[in-house]
This record gives sequence, C-alpha cells and structure tokens, in this order.
Amino acid sequence: MKEFIHYIFLTLQEFFTKEGFLKAMKRLANWRLLFMFAVMSLLTGCGENYLSALKPAGEVAQIQYDLMKLSTAIMVGVIAVVTVIFIIVVFRFRRKSDDEMPKQVEGSHTLEILWTVIPILLLLVLAVPTVAATFKLADVSPMDKKDKNGKSEALVINVRSNLYWWEFEYPDEKIVTSQDLVVPTDEKVYFTLKASDVKHSFWIPAAGGKMDTNTDNINKFWLKFDSKSAEEAENVFYGKCAELCGPSHALMDFKVKTLPRAEFDRWVKDMQNVKKPAKPETATAQQGQEVFNKSCIGCHAVTPANTTPEKARVGPNLSNFGERERVAGILEHNKDNVKKWIKDPESYKPGNKMTGKYNLTDDEIDAVSEYLMGLKVQE
Amino acid sequence: MQAEEKFTYETWPASPEKATLEAKNKFLGFWLFLGGETVLFASLFATYLALKDKVPNAEQALAKDLFELPLVFVMTMLLLTSSLTSVYAMYHMKNYDFKKMQLWLGITVLLGLSFLGFEIYEFNHYVHEFHHTFSSSAFGSAFYTLVGFHGAHVALGLLWITTLMVRNAKRGLSLYNAPKFYLASLYWHFIDVVWVFIFTVVYLMGMVG
Amino acid sequence: MSTYAQKKGFGATIWDYMTTVDHKKIAILYLIAGGIFFILGGLEAMFIRIQLAVPDNNFVSAGLYNEILTMHGTTMIFLAAMPLLFAFMNAIMPLQIGARDVAFPFLNSLGFWLFFFGGLFLNLSWFLGGAPDAGWTSYASLSLDSAGHGIDFYALGLQISGAGTLIGGINFLVTIINMRAPGMTYMRMPLFTWSTFVASALILFAFPPLTIGLFFMIFDRMFGSNFFDPAMGGNTVLWEHLFWIFGHPEVYILILPAFGIFSEIFATFSRKRLFGYSSMVFATVLIGFLGFMVWAHHMFTTGMGPIANAIFAVATMAIAVPTGIKIFNWLFTMWGGSIKFTTPMLWAVAFIPSFVAGGVTGVMLATAAADYQYHDSYFVVAHFHYVIVGGVVFALLAGTHFYWPKMFGTMLNEFLGKITFWLFLIGFHLTFFIQHFLGLMGMPRRIFTFLPDQGLETGNLISTVGAVLMAVAVIVLLINIVITSVKNERVGNDPWEDGRTLEWSIPSPPPFYNFKQLPLVRGLDAYWLEKVEGKKGMTPAEPLGDIHMPNNSILPVVMSLGLFIAAFGAMYRTEHAWGLPVLIGGMLITLLAMFARSVKDDHGFHIHKEDLENDDDKGGKA
Repeated sequence: MKEFIHYIFLTLQEFFTKEGFLKAMKRLANWRLLFMFAVMSLLTGCGENYLSALKPAGEVAQIQYDLMKLSTAIMVGVIAVVTVIFIIVVFRFRRKSDDEMPKQVEGSHTLEILWTVIPILLLLVLAVPTVAATFKLADVSPMDKKDKNGKSEALVINVRSNLYWWEFEYPDEKIVTSQDLVVPTDEKVYFTLKASDVKHSFWIPAAGGKMDTNTDNINKFWLKFDSKSAEEAENVFYGKCAELCGPSHALMDFKVKTLPRAEFDRWVKDMQNVKKPAKPETATAQQGQEVFNKSCIGCHAVTPANTTPEKARVGPNLSNFGERERVAGILEHNKDNVKKWIKDPESYKPGNKMTGKYNLTDDEIDAVSEYLMGLKVQE
Repeated sequence: MQAEEKFTYETWPASPEKATLEAKNKFLGFWLFLGGETVLFASLFATYLALKDKVPNAEQALAKDLFELPLVFVMTMLLLTSSLTSVYAMYHMKNYDFKKMQLWLGITVLLGLSFLGFEIYEFNHYVHEFHHTFSSSAFGSAFYTLVGFHGAHVALGLLWITTLMVRNAKRGLSLYNAPKFYLASLYWHFIDVVWVFIFTVVYLMGMVG
Repeated sequence: MSTYAQKKGFGATIWDYMTTVDHKKIAILYLIAGGIFFILGGLEAMFIRIQLAVPDNNFVSAGLYNEILTMHGTTMIFLAAMPLLFAFMNAIMPLQIGARDVAFPFLNSLGFWLFFFGGLFLNLSWFLGGAPDAGWTSYASLSLDSAGHGIDFYALGLQISGAGTLIGGINFLVTIINMRAPGMTYMRMPLFTWSTFVASALILFAFPPLTIGLFFMIFDRMFGSNFFDPAMGGNTVLWEHLFWIFGHPEVYILILPAFGIFSEIFATFSRKRLFGYSSMVFATVLIGFLGFMVWAHHMFTTGMGPIANAIFAVATMAIAVPTGIKIFNWLFTMWGGSIKFTTPMLWAVAFIPSFVAGGVTGVMLATAAADYQYHDSYFVVAHFHYVIVGGVVFALLAGTHFYWPKMFGTMLNEFLGKITFWLFLIGFHLTFFIQHFLGLMGMPRRIFTFLPDQGLETGNLISTVGAVLMAVAVIVLLINIVITSVKNERVGNDPWEDGRTLEWSIPSPPPFYNFKQLPLVRGLDAYWLEKVEGKKGMTPAEPLGDIHMPNNSILPVVMSLGLFIAAFGAMYRTEHAWGLPVLIGGMLITLLAMFARSVKDDHGFHIHKEDLENDDDKGGKA
C-alpha cells in the first residue's frame, strides 16, 4: 500500500504547485483563521454574566469550562484535518469527462491504522481529565463531616423542587426560604436535591452544571460562587429548571443571591430572628394580613423556621417576600405585578398549583399585595 | 422438495424442520424471535430484582413470607416433564410417526394445563391470604408481571400446540406442517428455560430472603 | 405478464396495496406513510420555531407547546425516520442480495400495517383530547402526572408500531442470512445491506426493553400497577434505564442505514469501490455492538455516581473511533475518484462536514463532567439535530433522489433536486449551529418561551429563519415529486449509469419476481464487475424455471386493526362501559386473524417458465 500513500503525496504536491489552487488554499487558510477566531470569541464572549455557562463564576463552572475548551480544541483539530482533505477531494477530483475511469484502489492498511490509532490517542487525552473531573465534582464527603453539635462543617442547603417553584432549606440553620437562593461567596456550598411532585433539574449555568431532583432519591453535589464573578453579575445569578416538568417548565426560574460570608451570616441571623410574621406597616397592609391569614396561610408560611414538615409546606415560604428579586420567579418585583399574579396566576404560569385555591376581591388582592411587599427580614 | 408432497418413513428427510427454504427461514426467524424474547424477559427479571420487596408499608407481605417450596417444586416438575414429552413428540415427528407425535404432544398439553391450573391457584392464594396483588405495591406489580408474562406464554403455547394438533389430525405430517410442530416445541422449551430462571431468581432466592 | 396483469381502477389499486406482500410495494407504502408523518413532524417543528422566534411569544400556549414538542420528536423518530429507512431497506436490500422477495412476505406486510395503525393511533390523540406532552422520552414521574389520555396514546401507539418494527427487523435478518444469491458471500454484500443487517440486529435486541417499559407505563396508567410510583415502592429511574437501553441503540438503528446509503452513493458517483470495505464492515458491526454499552450517558445528571458516569463517558468516547474510520474511508473513496455531483452525491458530500460537526459535539457530550452543563440544554438539541438531520435526514433525501428511479422508473428533476439541497443545507446550518451557543448561554431545552434580556433573542431568531428555509426546501421537493410523476419519463436499468450493485442490473421498477434468473455474483459490486468486463448484465446462476411466489393477504390489516381497536378499549376501560368489551373484542379480532392464518394453508403460486419467456423485461408497474 506504499504506492497509494506515495500517490496521495504526489497528488498533494500537484495540488500545491498549481497556482490557482495555491491561491484558493491561501484564501481558505485565512477563512479558517477567521472562523477559528470567531468560534473562540463566541466561546469566550457569549451570553450574560448572570446566566451563561461560558462566563464561569466558580470552581465547578471553571472545571467544566476548561473541559469544554480542551474538547473543543481537540475537535477543531479533527475538523481541520477533515476539512482540508474534504476540500482537496471536492475540488481536485471532479469528473472532467464522462468516460474517464479512475484508478481502482481497495484500501490502505497503513492509512486505516493511522486513522484508528490517532483518534484513540486523542480520546485518551480527553478521557483522563474527564474522569478526574467527574470524580472531583462528585466529592461531597465534607457534607458528612459533623462537628460535635451534629452540624455539617460545610454549608448544606436542601433543595426541594415543586411544580414551578423552588424551596431552599438550610437544615443546620433551621430556616427555609423559597425562590431566591442565598449563598455565601468563595466557599463550597453543598446541596441535597429532591423533587416533591415530578422530576425537575437544578441548574445555575454560570456557577456549574446541573443535577436532577428526583422523586425517588436524594442527589448531592456542590457549587462554588466566586466573589469577583458575583460582582460582575451584580450578585444575582439566574437559575433554571432543566428537566421538562409540565406546561410552565420554561418559567420555573429562580435567582441566586451571593453574599460575602459575613453578610451571609447576618442574613441567617436576621432570618432566624423572625419568630412572628413581620408587622404590617400600613392600614391596607393590616387588612391584607387578615385576608392572608384567612385565605393564603394554609399553603404559604410567613415565618422562616423549618419546623413544619415538608409535606405541609405546599407553597413557597413568603417570610422575606418583600426582598425577592422577582414575583413568581419571572415578573419584575413590584406591587403591581404581585396583584396581577394573585389575580390570575394561570395566565402567567399555566398549570401552576395556586390557581383556583382562593377567591378574593380586587380590594382584598390589593391589600394582600401591600402586605406581601412589606414582608422583609433585613433592614 | 415440495411442501405438499406425500412421504413414507423411508423418504422422510432427516431434518424435516429445515428441508425447504420456507422452513429454513422459519427456523432461523424463530430462533431470532426467541433472542428478542430473551431480552424481553431479561428486562422483566431486572425490573423484578430492582423492585423486589419494595412495598409501601410494613404490613405488606415480602417474598420470604409468600413463597412455599412444595407448590413451586411441583409446578417446576410439571413443566420440566412437559418439555421432555415434547422432545419425545419431536423424536416421533422426525421418524414420521404421526400418531405417536400427537400422543406425546397431547401429554405435553395436559402437563402444561395442570401447570397453569397450579399457577392460577398460586396467584389466588397470594391475593386472598396475603393481599399481595398487582396494585398493592411495586413488588406486587413486578412479581405478577414477570410470572404472569410467563404464564401468558404458557397459555399461548398451549393454544398453538392444540391448534396444530387439531388442524393436522386428519392430514398427517408434511414438509409444510413439520416445521410448525418443530417451532411450537422449540417455543415450549424456551418457556421451560424461562421458568427455570423464574424458579431460581423469584422463588429460591425469594425464600432465602 | 398477461396472466398476472393487474386489475385497473382506483379501488382495485387500493385493495392491491392493502393486501400486497411484495417488498417493493410495501416499500412504497412505507415511503408514503413515512413521508406524510415526516411532513406532520416538520409542521410541528415549524410551530416550535415560530413560537420561539421572539421572546414571550404566545403563538401557541404552554400546554399545547409541550404536546407539539413531544409529537415532533416521537413522530420524527418512530413514524418518519425509521419507516422511511424501512422503505429503502425494503425496496433495495432484497435486490442488492439478489433475492426474489424477503424471507417472510406476509410478516413484512404485517410489520407495515402495525406501524401504520400505531402511528395513526398516536396522531388521533390530537382530535381526542390532546396529544402526549411529556417529551418523546416520556420520563415516568411527568408522564404519570400528565392528565388526560395523551400519554396513553403515546404508550399504546408506540407499543403497536414497535411490534411492527421488531417484526421488520427479524424479517430483514433472515432475508440477509438465508436468501442471498449464489456467490453473494457476506464480504461481498453491499454496505447498505450490511448496515441493514446490523441495524436489524439492533432492533431485535433494543426494542424489547422499550416494549417492557411501555407495558409498565400502560399498566401504571391504566391498570393500577405501581412500577413508577415511589410512594408504593416504585422507581422512576427504572423507566430512564429501560428507555435509554432502547433509546441509544435506536439512534444507531437510524444512523447505520444512513451510513449504508451514503456508502453506496460515494462509491457510485466516484466510480471507485468503497475504500477499505472490510474495515467499513468492521466499523459498522463495532458501532452496533458499542451502541448497547453507552445508554447511561443520557443520564449523567440523574445521579448515578462518579463511577458509572466515568465508565459510560469513556465507553461513549470509544464510539468515535469506528465512526472516524468511516468518515476517512468515505473521504478516501472520493480521493482519486471521478466525482459527479448529482443531487444524491451533493447530499452525501454535504453529509461529511455536517455529520462530523454532530460527531464531535457527541464526544464533547461524552465528557461527563462537562455534560452537566450541556445536558438538557439547547446544546443537546443542536447536537442531535446535527447527527439526525445532518446524518439521517440527509441520507433519506439522498436516498429519495438516488433510488427514486429504481422504485418508480422515473428520475426526479435534478435542477429542482439541487435547489432543495442548497436551501435545506443552508437552512439546516442556520437553524442548528447557533443552538449550540444558545444552550451554553443558559437556554434549557423544551421551554415554550424565553424571557427577554437574557441574551437569547438573536440566536433564536436566526434559528427560526433557518427553519423556514428548510420548510421551503421540502416544498420544492414535493413539487419535484409531482412534476416528475406527471411527466413520467421512463428510464432503463441503470439510470445513473454508474450503478455498481445488483439492483441496477434489472429493470426500473423491477418485475414483481425481481430476477427472472438468479444472478451469479462474482465479487463486491457485482454489476460493476460485469460492466467493466464489457458485459451487458449479470450471468445467470440457474436455468430459466418456474418461480414460486407468495399469495396476497388482507390478514395483516385485520390483525393490526384488531390491536388498534383494542388500544381504544384499554384506554377508555375505566371511563366507559364499552371499554372492556372493545378491548377484548379487538384482541379477539387479532387472535382470530392469527388463527385463520395458522389453519389456512398458504402455499403461494408459481409463475410458469413459459410466461417468463414471454415477459420481455419491460419491468413491473410501480
């Protein structure tokens, strides 16, 4: 099969001596450079700081981003080789006359071994860091290290997904919040994940890849949020549900507020200090509280303690509703939107479990909204 | 070789189940079908093992409470014996002895029917004595689906063999129906093999807990 | 053909197709039914893209969107791609091995009608209370939670059509093993036949887990079992495993025959035998084998633990090796060849960069740790459309143009064909390339809308524009088909003039018995070998004699109809009193038809030597 390789080299040589082809190749090389540049810039400059996996904001996302870059580099190499052969073939071997008969070749063992062995080597280069990273990201052993009070040494947050909303329980701190996950920066945060109705998937693209919340078992993983990246994202990251879960799957968003450790501790303190629902400050809000206690409190708690069992926590905890980023995870946070949401949740989140559970007049809705906007735990 | 041709003991080919192209196709196709069936039962076994003893509360019966060796031992013996009798039937088919083949097939059917009878009794027993039903737990669903699928195979096999016996009672053997008899008996063996696995995985392993 | 002349008239033609057991006619049935479902699935895709063209769009509602996306996936995979491949397998494979029909003509017909009634049942859901809405993967917790009968339609419909596919797979396997012409050894089989063989083996071993999974779902939803109910001890991850043990081989069931079609096209229009034929065969078998070892890479984020994730990651990467072998073999088939850019060849050539792009993102997805980011994002959507459209759909469109003259005896218009090609190619890359980035920028898949100001607007709009181009391309193809059929210019045995394999040695379309005398095969590319030696056709391997043919039968339609009726009974059993009787009645119809098939002798008939001598090679009627 030596002959055949020789033949290929000859063809290649011929290809490059022909002036026209030379020009074409040059232009092509330029294009390729341009293309590579475009791809690379796309890879580095894409998306929003608070959302994009291409703007890694912590160790996990960074490990994954590095793997992406390594695999992309290898793959672009493969594509380049294929493209060069492809272009030569397509331009060089067009049929010129209808009765030409090409030289018949059966194959080439040398070549075939070449394009079997080289990919295997390339894949090994990729496989080793993949396996290492897979084990590293799955290491949740610090969760099990307990101090003498039985608390984990690391911060653990229990994530519970529900049809179109998220609950975040801090078991060691004994507090519960919903929709807005609050985390400290620059340390590993450990999560336990489960779903209470159907399967969802917990994803904060900028901070790292997702993990499913199953109905059968508890999954565990960790994420880290860098203070510098958090600043660039104005301390709020977007979180998403990544597993089809029903009509409003697309709207099952949550937000992640990042705080430096000291501020995070203060937030925890403030939350723990709320023993009774926040006092309404206006007359309307007062009236709103009464309506709330009649119609809403069956599902929504307004104190953050995690004393009620999970099964009883059927709606998002609203203790710090006034400090939320969004209404229902999607609407801009103002009283007007709260009213709209309470009036007709179905039109904003089809298939949600709140629709039809209450019957309120417009005045009552107004009052409840005012009350809710006043629910704050921090100064 | 024509499918409709009449034969004598001397002219009957050594492997009548593969004597024509149609027969060869059926022979191979059926083996492949059994390959698919194997994967089907493998999936059922895997499910059963995954869901074994998975019950919602402590009052539900578990495998070790349910199964009794004497009953399933008798059932196993019945089915194993029926496999043997179907081998006799095929021996006579190859020797162009139609009457003896029919006789042994008849015995096979009787043994299969009594197996089914025991199985119905067994299921009835679990439902009434232990409230172990198809809907009572994931374990129940997996158990009845696996064993029930096998039971349905037995019933279908019996229906098939009986149909062949009745249809050909007056016609005797030909190269057209010999492959059919052969495949029915192959199917019967397969059912038997599956039962051996059920006996081991469900009952024996179930009783040791 | 005097003795066997067909009855004329529309009704008679319909009856003929309903009862036919001829593999070439069944191929046409698969082509028409698969084509209709392809257009349905394409319409659904258009609705998806229109809805996602701009943020906060309300072209379709959230619930309806989920139904559309589910039916798009399910239809395209089960009711379009596979049946269309089955069309070419049926039309071409028996001819390529020099057979007069498939091994089980009756079962061939049964396979088609099961698929057809299953597909019909599934699509009737649109008119009977809503389509399934849990995605084509129909993960158990959501599919059990789903109200209405949508998921019931999914489970029952796929069960029926799946049975048809399984039957088809067994039939092709036996055909290839037992029915090859004299001299057609395994290592002389054309690559399309080889890939049909391997894909059929995959069907045989991959469909039973789906059958079981679907049974569990049917039982859970309709008969009170608890396989997937955690409260009763069940486990939803069980469904994920069963589904993907089927689901991953399924993508190879689709792509291998596509590889086969392209292999034929590359060799034909390069006027060169396939480079490294034996390594191509080896790679096909290896891909089929490895295809069963990697299912859990669809479940990296399910929480299987790092050991399982790492093993499945490395196993998945291994598949890239045989696939790479194939890519280079195709390139070197063209290298040094004499390439003619016909429409099929354009598709084949465009397939290489498109599929390589899909292949490399496949390797990227295999890196488990990074997959946590890709998984269930638009990156995955981009990836599988690159392999399934860039691989399978390209092959189907290439095959349509390539084999059209063999199936119908007339050539599709090359000019229109090239317009279809360019529109589709540009539209395809426009639609899907950008989706890689949308996914990485944080867009999850299967969302019915996205909010403004998340950086996702431009990408989605570009994607929709591309989809419109693809739709126009398909319309041009339909116009092409109409024009071609109206003109109906007849062609000879070898209309592409570079035909290499046995199907090009006989008339287009072939007579219903295919080969008057079985051909003697003397090597790979048997017909090409004869042509090179200056011969006009194949050397016969047997003297002219009577040909045995199977009888037509309506029973396959009856059997499938019975299951179709029974499925309605199963679904409405708990709501209507007529449910149970209908369920039993439908099963009885099927069982009685099987009984009738069993007790009624069917010896077929013979075409006599004299009639064959009078038949002047004009070919049959399509």
